[in-house]
Amino acid sequence: MEKMPKWADVVLIPLISLLLATILSAIVILAIGEDPIEAVNLMVTGALGSTYGWGYTLYYATNFIFTGLAVAVAFHARLFNIGGEGQAMLGGLGVAIVCLSVPWPHWTIALLAACGASMLFGAAWAAIPAYLQAKRGSHIVITTIMFNFIAAALLNYMLVNVMKPSGSQDPATARFPEAVHLPSFQSLFSTADNVVFRGAPVNITFFIAILACFAVWALIWRTRLGYEIRAYGFSETGAVYAGISPVRITIIAMLISGALAGMMAINNVMGEAERLVLNSTENAGFIGIAVALMGRSHPFGVFLAALLFGFLYQGGAELALWTQIPRDLIVIVQGLVILFTGALDNMVRAPLEKLFISLRKEAK
Amino acid sequence: MEFFVTLIQVLDSTIRLATPLLLACLAGLYSERAGIFDIGLEGKMLIAAFFSAAVAAVTGSVWLGLLAGIAASLVLSAVHGLASITFRGNQLISGVAINFLASGLTVLIAQSWFKQGGRTPSLFGGGRFEPIEFPFADAVSDVPLIGPIYSELLSGHSILVYVAFLFVPLTWWILYRTRFGLRLRAVGENPAAVDTAGVSVVGLRFAAVGICGILCGIAGAYLATALQAGFVKEMTAGRGFIALAALIFAKWRPWHAMWACLLFGLLQAIALRFQNIDLGGVVIPVQVMDALPYILTVVILAGFVGKAIPPRAGGEPYVKER
Repeated sequence: MEKMPKWADVVLIPLISLLLATILSAIVILAIGEDPIEAVNLMVTGALGSTYGWGYTLYYATNFIFTGLAVAVAFHARLFNIGGEGQAMLGGLGVAIVCLSVPWPHWTIALLAACGASMLFGAAWAAIPAYLQAKRGSHIVITTIMFNFIAAALLNYMLVNVMKPSGSQDPATARFPEAVHLPSFQSLFSTADNVVFRGAPVNITFFIAILACFAVWALIWRTRLGYEIRAYGFSETGAVYAGISPVRITIIAMLISGALAGMMAINNVMGEAERLVLNSTENAGFIGIAVALMGRSHPFGVFLAALLFGFLYQGGAELALWTQIPRDLIVIVQGLVILFTGALDNMVRAPLEKLFISLRKEAK
Repeated sequence: MEFFVTLIQVLDSTIRLATPLLLACLAGLYSERAGIFDIGLEGKMLIAAFFSAAVAAVTGSVWLGLLAGIAASLVLSAVHGLASITFRGNQLISGVAINFLASGLTVLIAQSWFKQGGRTPSLFGGGRFEPIEFPFADAVSDVPLIGPIYSELLSGHSILVYVAFLFVPLTWWILYRTRFGLRLRAVGENPAAVDTAGVSVVGLRFAAVGICGILCGIAGAYLATALQAGFVKEMTAGRGFIALAALIFAKWRPWHAMWACLLFGLLQAIALRFQNIDLGGVVIPVQVMDALPYILTVVILAGFVGKAIPPRAGGEPYVKER
């Protein structure tokens, strides 16, 4: 018999963890002499009070859905992929090469090609750590961290020495041609007399992110491969006994994970910046860890957690604009969420389990 | 002769740049030898850098700053210990969380205290660790070969540099010649055996995490009060991860850790001085130097050049009854 009902595990524990993180963040805000309630008000109006705010919230959420799914898929195989950041950087490189090297007639075709390129580059960047983990037993956490730094150096080299247009000082590629610009929500949903999402970066990639959620759900719970990934994550020895190859699952899970992280580049490189700049990923790869933990590695949970972090990001930016609280507050919240939902999970879980067991005894 | 002068200067800056790596690397060594993975070295260094600079700036005493840095680093160590030892959580996730906490808290508090865009005021006078001149350093500097080596390379560093390098034999001695060291290594390989012998696994692991906190604190304080004069946002710049790389490169052994840190320090010093290196037609871009520590670590981890095997119980929370 389970120690507590499933809904408590899936809903209650993340909520309590979030509550603890919120309380600690409020204490931090109080400690630097600001009003936490006023701060929340500002964040809500700034991030959700207008279509402009929503436009940014959803834009950030799109990034986090991809990186969150990437971490989640790896988690199902009990692999901790910290390399989302580097894989997303490489995805950006793939998108930039595709967008700049071919004269695309229409954005739809370019989008398909860019999807393919971002997945390919992201997966390729995950392939070496995956191979080393599967074949040589090199710890995937360490190798993916190292590959983040190598990716940053590689991107720096490509932008400064290779892809920078001659005469430009800025370490960035040329602007992508007009034909490959993705339609933004502003152009999709505005009418002649009512302009919505004005100037916000959210674009059609948001729908691709939702599709990715469904695809990951179907993969993990409705396919043979997904079953094998989950079985391997649950018990390696059990999986081996069932004839599942650890090498194959490790590599495939990491390739899928890297491809998902790479796809983020469609949103931030092709959809928003419309060129490749240094540090284009803005730590979204790491936020994917918080999102996956918070979302309990389920695509729907990841979707909700990504929305929450999108809200925090846009709200945090508004907060920095109107108060003395710098945007780095969000980094603290992110750290606290990772701490409570990830590392201190047992601290929240143990008392709850006791509570449910004693409740059940009373009921009998 | 010019080549010799350049060489001495590069080696001199190698020592400066290797020092924070070495301190952090030894910090990680204690923790990981006791079976607690620590990818939060970066965060602990960062928070120590901030608090040491902040306290040194306010009080004008670099020693108080050092203490504050160590204390701040120890607080994060305690969080890591609580999560990974007491509540048996995932040590890697805890380390990631600590890095974020440090990154956010330092800028937030710096902005709140000093209002200079997330940095501390510049340190001067008693707020910094001054270089120590060895006796007769001036007098012998004109002697060929030995003179510059003595007066430029060995003399003229801050006290923390010498402390860091003294910690290498000290760590070796603690680890391989004391009872505590034996137990520390045992708890990282086979905690159940240590427990059976009646020694507290939890106590040993907390001690190791504590030592790790102290050393990270010194490393951070060195960055902000000796290598540079004050704290700037994200000033650790990945050094915690390079230290981690050096630790793997050294296969968790103190003397090797020193050589690994000197090697990675040399790479940093070369990147700092030369930018792009022209080797008779082939130009090595500066980014290769930046990436080399990480590439070397992956190669070592891959086991193609000698295999790096971590402590056996590393990363596993210890549960008494199975």
